Amino acid sequence: MPVSDQLKNQHLLWRAGFGPAIYQLDDLNRTSPQKLYKAFQKASSKKPEYLQAADNYLQGLMMGFQEAGRQQRQEMSEEQKKELRKRSREGIRNLNLYWINEMVNSDAQLREKMSFFWHGHFACRNLNIFFQQELLHVIRRNALGNFRDLLHDVSKTGAMLNFLNNNQNRKDHPNENFAREVMELFTMGRGNYTEHDVKEAARAFTGWGANAKGEFVFRKFQHDDASKTVLGKTGNFDGDEVLEILLDQRQTAKFISQKIYRFFVNDSIDAQRVDWLAGRFYESDYDIGRLMEDIFTSDWFYDERNIGCKIKSPVELLVGIQRMLPMKLENEEALLLLQRLLGQILFYPPNVAGWPGGKTWIDSSTLMMRMRIPQLINDRDEFNIKPKADDDQMMGRNDDDIKTGSDNNQGRVGKAGRPINAEIDWSKYVGYYNSVPRADLVNDIAGNLLQTKKTVSADIINEYSDADDKESFIKTATIQIMSTPEYQLC
Amino acid sequence: MLIKRKEFLQLGSLATASFMVPQFLKSFERVDGVPPGNKVMVILQLSGGNDGLNTVIPVRNDIYYRERPRLGIEKGSSLTLTDEVALHPALTALRELYDDGSLGVLNNVGYPNPDRSHFRSMDIWQTGSASTEYITTGWVGRYLDAQCHGCDKPTYALEIDDVLSLALKGENSKAIAMKDPKRLFGTSNEKFFRDVLKDHKPARLSQSGGNDGEETVDYLYKTMSETLSSANYIFQQSKLHPSSADYPKTELGNGLKTIASLIFSDINTKVYYISLGSFDTHVNQQMQQQRLFTELSDAVRAFTADLKKNNRFNDVLMFTFSEFGRRVSQNASGGTDHGTANNMFLIGGALKQKGIINPMPDLNDLDEGDLKYNIDFKTVYATVLKNWLDADDTAILGRKYDHLGFC
Repeated sequence: MPVSDQLKNQHLLWRAGFGPAIYQLDDLNRTSPQKLYKAFQKASSKKPEYLQAADNYLQGLMMGFQEAGRQQRQEMSEEQKKELRKRSREGIRNLNLYWINEMVNSDAQLREKMSFFWHGHFACRNLNIFFQQELLHVIRRNALGNFRDLLHDVSKTGAMLNFLNNNQNRKDHPNENFAREVMELFTMGRGNYTEHDVKEAARAFTGWGANAKGEFVFRKFQHDDASKTVLGKTGNFDGDEVLEILLDQRQTAKFISQKIYRFFVNDSIDAQRVDWLAGRFYESDYDIGRLMEDIFTSDWFYDERNIGCKIKSPVELLVGIQRMLPMKLENEEALLLLQRLLGQILFYPPNVAGWPGGKTWIDSSTLMMRMRIPQLINDRDEFNIKPKADDDQMMGRNDDDIKTGSDNNQGRVGKAGRPINAEIDWSKYVGYYNSVPRADLVNDIAGNLLQTKKTVSADIINEYSDADDKESFIKTATIQIMSTPEYQLC
Repeated sequence: MLIKRKEFLQLGSLATASFMVPQFLKSFERVDGVPPGNKVMVILQLSGGNDGLNTVIPVRNDIYYRERPRLGIEKGSSLTLTDEVALHPALTALRELYDDGSLGVLNNVGYPNPDRSHFRSMDIWQTGSASTEYITTGWVGRYLDAQCHGCDKPTYALEIDDVLSLALKGENSKAIAMKDPKRLFGTSNEKFFRDVLKDHKPARLSQSGGNDGEETVDYLYKTMSETLSSANYIFQQSKLHPSSADYPKTELGNGLKTIASLIFSDINTKVYYISLGSFDTHVNQQMQQQRLFTELSDAVRAFTADLKKNNRFNDVLMFTFSEFGRRVSQNASGGTDHGTANNMFLIGGALKQKGIINPMPDLNDLDEGDLKYNIDFKTVYATVLKNWLDADDTAILGRKYDHLGFC
């Protein structure tokens, strides 16, 4: 059976963005994927705005640092340091929500989706809000640009240098962590270099560090400027030159292309296609935008086997629901709680390797939770599910001990036992189906929400939907269809 | 270094497809529920990095008191085990178990190149990886992969929690997490879900092995099916011989009572997993550790007494672990910072080695202020997998480790 343009368009919207928004439904069978992609590119070509999540207090403090230098920081009292850490964590929480908001509402879907990919690729845990928001900006600014620039810029962020201990990488006392992960996870992938290459590369990165503001500093006296040999090349390399050596390797283009293929196309690799992509990526001197265009304008991207085969990550799931059902969340913390329960909190990747994705998202708890979310959003139900503690985030306190803001009822990162309190704006959604005959409703709604070949039978949806009037039927049928295993896929 | 699970063990590649095998064929597979009298393991995770030195205290060590002028626990106020060693004053139940011959202490457990991030170090403990590897499956999960080949309910391992830990996620099988069998049963058995499940027809056995949509949908339905049947099974079992003993009304107390009730049933569960925390005592360590140890001690006392009363104490091996210990010196805030090697408690009626099993940490021989490990935690895993659970530890852990003698 040929794949309809509508399905192809939805496929593109899910993969190159975070799924169709309610206002896009009208266009789905009127346009072609090619046109849609052009519009995507255009909307994503603008420079992104800086997401500023550090509050005034923190910014004032940071200004103070710049004037008074390091000393002031050392003179801070325990209380002040504690306050600083607390505000910084809150800043990261806000950054999370701001970015989710971009994913839901921005027209630059391609850029935000690509940034989301790089956020997992350049995975970084760092509790400093200034470092995190800077890293995010570097990623969003370069997301569709050149991988060379992206790699150099990310490698010079305070977030990454600190996370990978390069501040401790000094001449005669090398710390190999940064060099190792740059080679293993950011560029070439394991098995394509030797331990000796890692050691030598680490020497080239000595002296690379960041100041309190997160700005890159080169500490000349800590730098080992003697000769090194990395991947067969010898010279008095510095860090930038080693990154260039890594970029010279075709393997880097291949490694990145593979990862992008897995993320955007299919978890199982088609070696021939990836080789073709990698070759062109390398020849284009690492033009990310062109690589993505190669993928999204190809015929094979729209093959039946590539549609509806990916398990949505928790963030994709949560953002996708909000794009289709515009809603106001009284308690935005709920979004963070859901991220925690489902196993993906932005800015808290499990480790430097990022989220493994695919089937690892699914276990009995997360699957049942995923299928209950639409109901929870709609019903204002309480939910008594407690996420696991994260000691890196919480510094030894229990969820119950932690409150934020002046309102003591608001737990941080979403406290269990509270309703989500979402106000869904149904008018537009229901309006879209005005002209659809009652008998076609379930099929039409399912067709817009699901990417899988087969779906739950209309009989079941009919049985569990509220048939009192057309509006209630549309609402409840939508919630039921979103509560199925099929909706977990895109 | 990223290790693919496939390099680890080649087991269970058919397990994903086997749920599509007709029911009559399934009945030929081994259905080995655990008959009463069989051994189970209870893992108690102390989250946050418990301070081992104030848990098992070297009461005759001058360096200990010198490095901890404020936090060091005096011999007089601790619970004496030997001339040299005492327990934290709140661990009264563990002291009773020690006197009873049902407690073992393993000192200096850790791993090479220790990581001081909670998350990363917990990852390392839960996956059983080296600190330079990133593995996406847990060690109990891989036990489950091996054990649960072709089974329809992944109840060989259960976690008492709302969210499943990485430790219990295998490649093909993932354990069930639940706090309360009744609630699990209630939430997963909504009629809508059951009807959706009933309606689903698995596509076909994928010949190509490639990933198309149908294979992934089937995977979700398989997980859903296992969840629903497990929820039912766990709930039925939990009603067979529910514990009638009094447990403290704490989260750990409730959790251990649930575990006891399941141990008394005919359920096939071999591994139970439960956590207590947070032990991340950077500030006000004394209060926090006291509170947590009181909860731990009271719950463990009720649990072990319950097991003894029901003649099951010899079948249960419980152990504790934490992602790391803490630095030898106290910090300036009445607490301790992240450290390295740590001790583990072993509890059970059939321990082959009891008491202080190996020497206390050598505070004269530190690594920049941190304890050096001399037992790799993976040898503890290897030991319990092989000697207690009768499993192929080499396959599950990916390499051969020595076995210890405690079980």
